[in-house]
Amino acid sequence: MGRRTPLHDLHVALGARMVDFGGWDMPVHYGSQLEEHHAVRRQAGLFDVSHMCVVDLLGEGVRGFLQGLLANDVAKLEQPGKALYSCMLNERGGVIDDLIVYFRSETAFRLVVNAGTRDKDLAWIRRRVQASAAVASLQVIERDDLAMIAVQGPRAGELLVAQLPEAERVPTLALAAFCARDVASPGTTVAGADIGTSGTAGATGAPDATRRGGWYVARTGYTGEDGFEVMLPAAQAEGLWRALNAAGASSCGLGARDTLRLEAGMNLYGNDMDESRHPLESGLAWTVAFDPPDREFVGRAALEAVRAAGNADKLVGLLLEDRGVLRGHQKVQVPGIGSGEVTSGTFSPTLERSIGFARVPRATGAAVQVDIRGKLLRARVVKPPFVRHGRALIEL
Amino acid sequence: MSDIPADLRYTASHEWVRSLADGSVEIGITDHAQQALGDLVFVEVPEAGRELQAGDACAVVESVKAASDVYSPLAGTVVDGNAELGSAPELINQDPYGKGWMLRLKPANPAVLGTLLDAAAYQASLAATDA
Repeated sequence: MGRRTPLHDLHVALGARMVDFGGWDMPVHYGSQLEEHHAVRRQAGLFDVSHMCVVDLLGEGVRGFLQGLLANDVAKLEQPGKALYSCMLNERGGVIDDLIVYFRSETAFRLVVNAGTRDKDLAWIRRRVQASAAVASLQVIERDDLAMIAVQGPRAGELLVAQLPEAERVPTLALAAFCARDVASPGTTVAGADIGTSGTAGATGAPDATRRGGWYVARTGYTGEDGFEVMLPAAQAEGLWRALNAAGASSCGLGARDTLRLEAGMNLYGNDMDESRHPLESGLAWTVAFDPPDREFVGRAALEAVRAAGNADKLVGLLLEDRGVLRGHQKVQVPGIGSGEVTSGTFSPTLERSIGFARVPRATGAAVQVDIRGKLLRARVVKPPFVRHGRALIEL
Repeated sequence: MSDIPADLRYTASHEWVRSLADGSVEIGITDHAQQALGDLVFVEVPEAGRELQAGDACAVVESVKAASDVYSPLAGTVVDGNAELGSAPELINQDPYGKGWMLRLKPANPAVLGTLLDAAAYQASLAATDA
């Protein structure tokens, strides 16, 4: 039996088909993956993303620590509440994980990392904290007490804020993309701050219960639609899910999450990049901050070398021209140039065509062939995203 | 709770077989199989004339999640593939034992049909895998 999120029993009660995902029992769909996909593009859908790991980093020097830990530069986070997508690299430039980092205060940053990588991520982060005299007092706190629900789709904002205390609605709807705020939990008057420990933690640094209990709401997601991710106390997750269900947001499983993220042109860790692949060959060059040149981060030297030499491979989007479905690990032939491999592939419910990502030689042009069960089918190289805000962004 | 019509024969790999009046058989995948696969988005059926051995991969069904082979329950010559599934793979989800049929086969040895699972035996094989 795998690990369970606080919403596990509700998924089962709602008729979800449960599957193993990185050691977790998770819903893959609640009846029709296609309908769930369309619900997010047209209305609103709910995803249990509590299997992802929320990590609070608390203490003096946390910003400087993260500048060394992450390939993107948290110096870009100037206002509290701002969030940034980044890779965390090993010394060879390989991707240990991709994550979102939230700036809450100069002594409190929050990371949200992938479920399947949580143990190695925490070990890596803790090892680096221990190795650095400058942040010896930094606390690394895994927030297992929180659940996380993603509310995604054109109606997500309207439906979510109706569940919040009156005073929180307008400022929450006013959040810009990749911004987050503390929100008082419904039915309480407790200020929203949920830092994990009080900002002025005593010598023990023990979590301060009076500062817990609030919700943290971010305008982020993994679908290519407007949407929010809500981090909240585990005991309140089922109530929020049921209320949003009743208001018209559909329960959605990991199946729809995968087709939505692929249409949105977003990488999946473990498929599209991993520790043996660096961001420059994974479509993630935009997430590596080489400036300022004197910022040292793990993997920088390796990436500088790649950049100087030119990377051998690149990650591209594919649209299958012939009938069939692209799937991970299918072989890609690039006539006259070489070969590559599909890293993620699916049937796109919005485009009603098969789309995917493939890692191919850098010189690859506009057309490739994909070996699907022994037949070479034609695919066109396109620039992701494929779909954003319900609309096709590529020509079919 | 899947539907298992009493008048068909089955395989443990979730194909069904129906005897037709002209001596050929019709083959598809069971209600249990379509439920397990989820929404189907692509189906490849064999062309008429293809010779199949029992157990040969004779068709492919792809859901949003994954591709699965369909195995021929018996040897024979393909008479027809259901061309409608090319543009409407969801017919298998909607009507697995009717409009969702996949191929028709002229069996090399019609007697083999009697050796396939009947509805009760298929039901029992499902119960065994669920347990």
